Parts: sequence; C-alpha cells; structure tokens
Amino acid sequence: MMRIPPAAMIGLFFTGLYFFVAIFAPWIAPYSMTEAVGDVWEPASAKHWLGTDNIGRDLLTRMIYGGRTTIFIATAATILSFTLGSILGLTAAVIGGWVDQAMSRFVDLIMSIPTLIFALVVLSVMPVTLPILILVMGLLDSTRVYRLARAVAVDINVMDFVEAAKLRGEGNRWVIFREILPNALSPLVAEMGLRFIFAVLFVSTLSFLGLGVQPPNADWGGIVKENKDGIVYGIPAALVPAIAIATLSISVNLVADWVLNRTTSLKGGRG
Amino acid sequence: MTDALLKVKNLKIGARIYPPGEKPKDIDIVHGVSFELEKGKVLGLIGESGAGKSTIGLAAMAYGRGGVELTGGEVWVNGREILHTSRADLRHLRGLEVTYVSQSAAASFNPAKKIMEQVIEASVHAGKFSKKDAEARARDLFDKLGLPDPDNIGDRYPHQVSGGQLQRCMTALALCPEPDLVVFDEPTTALDVTTQIDVLMAIKAAIRDTGVGALYITHDLAVVAQVSDEIMVLRMGDMVEHGTTDQIINNPREDYTRDLVSVRSKQHEGQAPTDNPILRVENVTARYKGTNFDVLHDVVMELHPGQTLAVVGESGSGKSTTARVITGLLPPRDGKITFDGRELSADLNGRTREDLRELQMIYQMADVAMNPRQTVGTIIGRPLEFYFGMKGAEKRNRIIELLDEIELGEGFIDRYPAELSGGQKQRVCIARALAAKPKVIICDEVTSALDPLVADDILKLLENLQKIEDVAYLFITHDLATVSAIADSIAVMYQGKVVRYGPKAEVLSPPFDDYTDLLLSSVPEMRLGWLEEVIANRKMESAGN
Repeated sequence: MMRIPPAAMIGLFFTGLYFFVAIFAPWIAPYSMTEAVGDVWEPASAKHWLGTDNIGRDLLTRMIYGGRTTIFIATAATILSFTLGSILGLTAAVIGGWVDQAMSRFVDLIMSIPTLIFALVVLSVMPVTLPILILVMGLLDSTRVYRLARAVAVDINVMDFVEAAKLRGEGNRWVIFREILPNALSPLVAEMGLRFIFAVLFVSTLSFLGLGVQPPNADWGGIVKENKDGIVYGIPAALVPAIAIATLSISVNLVADWVLNRTTSLKGGRG
Repeated sequence: MTDALLKVKNLKIGARIYPPGEKPKDIDIVHGVSFELEKGKVLGLIGESGAGKSTIGLAAMAYGRGGVELTGGEVWVNGREILHTSRADLRHLRGLEVTYVSQSAAASFNPAKKIMEQVIEASVHAGKFSKKDAEARARDLFDKLGLPDPDNIGDRYPHQVSGGQLQRCMTALALCPEPDLVVFDEPTTALDVTTQIDVLMAIKAAIRDTGVGALYITHDLAVVAQVSDEIMVLRMGDMVEHGTTDQIINNPREDYTRDLVSVRSKQHEGQAPTDNPILRVENVTARYKGTNFDVLHDVVMELHPGQTLAVVGESGSGKSTTARVITGLLPPRDGKITFDGRELSADLNGRTREDLRELQMIYQMADVAMNPRQTVGTIIGRPLEFYFGMKGAEKRNRIIELLDEIELGEGFIDRYPAELSGGQKQRVCIARALAAKPKVIICDEVTSALDPLVADDILKLLENLQKIEDVAYLFITHDLATVSAIADSIAVMYQGKVVRYGPKAEVLSPPFDDYTDLLLSSVPEMRLGWLEEVIANRKMESAGN
C-alpha cells in the first residue's frame, strides 16, 4: 500500500470534490440554475446555504453549475494545449533544423502578443461559444507547453539511449513517443497542474470581462462579475467563487507536486 | 595523548537510501574501520566504488556528504577528537589543518575567480598568512609542482590552464595553508595517462618536500603503489587488508587483494589479419559542423571478421569521432567506409536497415545508454522486434537466451536500469547489441566507467561472446591494459591522426614512435618504484637529446 503525504491528501480531496461536483452537478444542485428562488442577496440560511445572488438565484446552485463550466473549459483547454504543445515541441526538438526554427519563431511571434489582449481581440470578432473559447485558450496556451516540451526534449535528445535508437534505424515517431516522451513526462505533468490553474484563471477573467461564458450560464468568473456590486454593501457573494478558484488552484498544485515526486523517485527516472 | 596525526577508531558511517517503491531505510556504509596515520606518511585507501573510501576520507575532516551521517566511532586529528567538537573548531580544522583535493579540479574551482585568489583564500581568510606571504608561498608551491611560469600562472583563470595543470593548482591550494593532513580523493582518475604521470610525480614530490601526512584515495592499485607508504584495502565499508605497500603489492594475504593485484594481467593472443576485412575506414577526414578545423585527418584502419581492433589514444585524439563517422552520425568530408565489401552511405539516413543491423554500438556510460523508463526486456527485445519482427513467446525466449549469454538470467527481464549495478547495466547493453546479430560491434570505452574487477569480467564476457557469435569489435579505449587484454590489432591515434597501426605484437614492440613510447611508458605498473624509474628514464632521454 502506498503512502500518500498529508499535503497531497488534502489536494486530492478538494480536487476530487470539485471534479465530482462538476460532473454530477444536475443531481447535486438543490435548485434550478436560472430560476430566481428568493430575494436579492439573501444571507446564508438553511434554505440557501450560501445565500442568493444579485437577482435572487440560489448561489450554491450557481456555484455548482459554474464550477462545472469552469472546470470543463479549463480541462478541455489544458488537454488541447498539452496534446498540441508537447507533440509539436518534441517533434521540433527531434527533427531540428529549419522545421524547428520555423515552428519556434512562429511560437515566439504568438507569445510576443499578451495572451489576454490576443484572446480579447479574437473573441470580440468570433461568436463566443464553448468550442471557440476552448480552442482559443488551448491554442494560446499550447505555445507555452511547446516551449517547455522542446526545452526538455532537446536535453533528452542528446542522450546515448536516443542515439542508440537512431542508430538502430528507428523512425521519428518511435523516438518521440517511446524514447523521449516517457522521460519528459515528469516536468510536463508538473506544468500541467500549473497550466490547468492558469486556464481556470483565464476563463474566469474572460467571463468577468464579459467575453467568456455568456449568461444565463454560470461560471465562477461570471458569478464574481454578477455579484461584485454587493461588496460595497458588505455582501460577500462575490468572494465565494473567488475562494473556490483559490482552493482549486492550491489543491491541484498539491496533487501535481505529489505526482511529480512519485514519478521521479520511481524507476530512477530523471526529472 | 597520541603521536599519530590521524587516528580513526571504529568509525561507523550511515546513510539513508530510497529504494524504488519502498520506504526509505537507513543503512551502514562503513562498519567500524580503524587506522592510524603518522605525520609525513601516506596511507592509500583503495577499493571499488561503494567501498566507502571517499566517505572515510571526508570523515577525516568530520564531514559527511548530503544524507550521510557519521554514526559512531572516533576520529582524532593532532590529538583531539573532532567528531564532537565545536563548529568554530571545525572551521579551523577544515581547510587549515586538514585539506582536500578532489577528483575534478575543473568542477571545484570557481570559474569566475583567478587561480591565485582561490589558492590563498583559506590561509589569508583565517589570518594564517598575510596576503603577500601567502602569494609567495603559492608561487613556491606552483614551482615545486612543476607548473609552467609559476610566477604568473596564478593570474590565470581556471579555464586558461589544462586539466592536469589545474589538478596541480588544486594540490597547491590544499598545501598552501601548511596543513598537517591532505586528503587526495582520486586526484588523477579524470586525467589521461600521459598527464597522470606528471601530476603523480608532482604530488609525490610535494608530499615529500612539505612533510604532510596524506590519505590517498583511488580505485587504481597501481597508482597508489607509487605514492603511498601503507595501503588499506576496503570493500563494501569493511577493511579487507591493511599493510605496507610492499606487503600488499608483493605479498597480499586476502583473496580479494590478490584479485586486485592481478586484475590487469589478462592477455589475449593476437590473431593474424585475414584477407577480407569486414570494415575498412579509408582516408577519412572529418570535421564538426560549424567549426573550421578537421578533427580527423586521413584516418585509415581495417577490422577483420571475428577479430578486435583497438583504437587507443588520449582524450581529444579523435577515437570517438572515428566511431561517429563509421556509424554515420558524422558524415566525413572525405574518404569512405566500406563494410563487408560494399560502400556504406556516409549519412545515417542513407543506410539500409540491414546496414544498421550489422553494425552495432555499445557506449561508455551504460546508464545513459538505456532508456530509464524501459525494462530490460523491452530494451533487449526492441532490436529483435525491429530487425527480425519477433513477437510474443518467440521474442521472450530469445531475450531469455540473450540474458543467459550475458550471465544474468531470466530474473532480470522485468527490471529497470536503475535496479542494476554498473556491470549489469553494461551487460544489458551488450545483449542489446548482440540481439541484432551484428557482424561488427563498436565498443566505445565500455569498461572505463567500471571498477577494475568488474571491467575484467566484462572483457572476459566480450571475448567469450566473440567466439560464440563470431562478431568483430572495434574497441575504443584510452587504457592500454585493456588493449593487451582483448586486441588483435591496434591503431594508436594522436591529434586526429593514426600514428601507429598494425597487429598487436608489432605495435607493442619497439622501435616506437615518440607518442606511442610516451603512451606505453605512462601506464602505471603494479610494482614499487615504477614511477621513479619512468621519470629517471625520461630525464636521461631528454638529457641525451
């Protein structure tokens, strides 16, 4: 039986809880997401555990559905950025030459534009739907993953065991997926935790600015936006999603740290 | 209370290890070692890696590397116990009374500071000498250690002197504060044999002149025999034998010591070349991309089926580059490679799968030559799958057959490289090469990273496999003892050229060219007084010229 350190345990618990709630939102949520069920900004009570929002909807229900949207978008965008970024990064490192140059300079070009501005421009001309949102976030984030994957792979690419595979006559596909990828996984997994959190923050920011998830659908950034005026009157509704974002960030990172530790100590793999 | 400069009593050292998939556990790495060292004497600590020799050496400064703990026993320096002394006392001890010379001088010097600054730092900082006196002393030491231009060499940066010179600078650094004891930790291991001999002589003279006591740590018994008065043989944290150098070398009592003394005596009967070489390197000239000088000039050599060609030379002589050209990793500028009668494409990409299969390679560092995320079964199985399309039970049976051939057996099939010892790793690499059923295997310094006894076993294994599989080896090495143990013919390389080439008996018998003579006479021999003899011979020769 493996031992899980307490920090990872806490991380696992909260990450698991958030994902569980996100997946089973329709069965867990006590009310309808869009229906006003009480007064505006009711305080927490037995009926409404977290109170109600700016137009009287149950805040807990909004939070549950919001978490579903936020976590889904962030997860999808992260998967997209990692698949794309790491495959392209590893390919660039293995093939090298002008392919590497062309791809790396293109990535530099994209990275030179601030991500948020770039996303705002794209989303203001495109219809804001979930697939587009995911695509834009995933593509933008993949440049970062590309950089990391390429840097890691360049190091591994010069190791003797990769040379041995090349001397054997192995094609690029084997070299990338069987020799390099397993050894690049640890730093990529650690980065994945971090990237997921950035995706959560990014989609929240976009929604807060009105270019992300559109009402009446809920997401955490949107809930902050809807309830931000309440802060002036001492109503804490806007803080609830903020706390959710913070706890999710920290717990995902705790899990990523633990995974990283485990994979590096196992099998003598290098970090 | 005692006359001994260093007295170690029942020293116990422990460490915490992290075995894969298990809880960390504490192990003992040195189990109660005792010895004494008088002022002005040199004690050689010898053993394989993991014997605890460096750990004991550092314990003489009451220091344990990260994760290592001095768990028991006593260490007395100059009549006081140092394992339980105050920090201030330790600070005075380390770097002033006891100093340390490490294996890699290049990694130990600060590259951003001049050599002189670093050599005098400890003495000046502790107020032992004034800056002026310390510098004068350093210059004197530079002179004694035979460094060129002793008055100004201190003004250079570490990268501006050669490896052998830097190692001597490090010795000067250790001797500068007039210590009572110097710990030499494998000071010549990273050097070429031709450089090693100068450094050894310098260290020996400096020890004699300054009258310090020294612990000389090395895995090479022939080297330690030249410098020490007494030798202690260690194995897995236990003392095997302790005696005078004369007794250990000429009259060892324990079996293990006897093995160590006779380790390099293996000889191989050289075979005459056949008519049709399997591999011909014809007038190859090569340079690396982005440079403007050739690293290989007009290299010619032939390898005959089922035989071994040893390529010898010091680092930078172009041995490994030759291997890269042959394998197609570095296309030559000029010349060609012929294999089994057909010309090989200069570039790796132009070669057929059959070309690749018949020419395999084994690397120096077995641990980076294997993917740490693949099991032994996958590593050996891949060539079978790739070249012969083997699958399932057929593949598994062949893997087990190969594991038996390299004397490891079926039990290793699911292990990861990290779970193997250095010798076992190299065996797996040999099996991977053999799996392709090659006609030629290029062995690039395959025994250099191994302990002498393990290296000996690998050489024996390679020789047996050559008989069974009828494979030819191109054996790249800097170690002439290895050459006589395995080669049929020899190519001596120097600065990118083949300076001497032919059947072994011919190459190793006089008359020699200058470089081969230097190389041959620099290999330490397992007898007392060898170093003095060589130096005396060289002095005579240069006087004669």
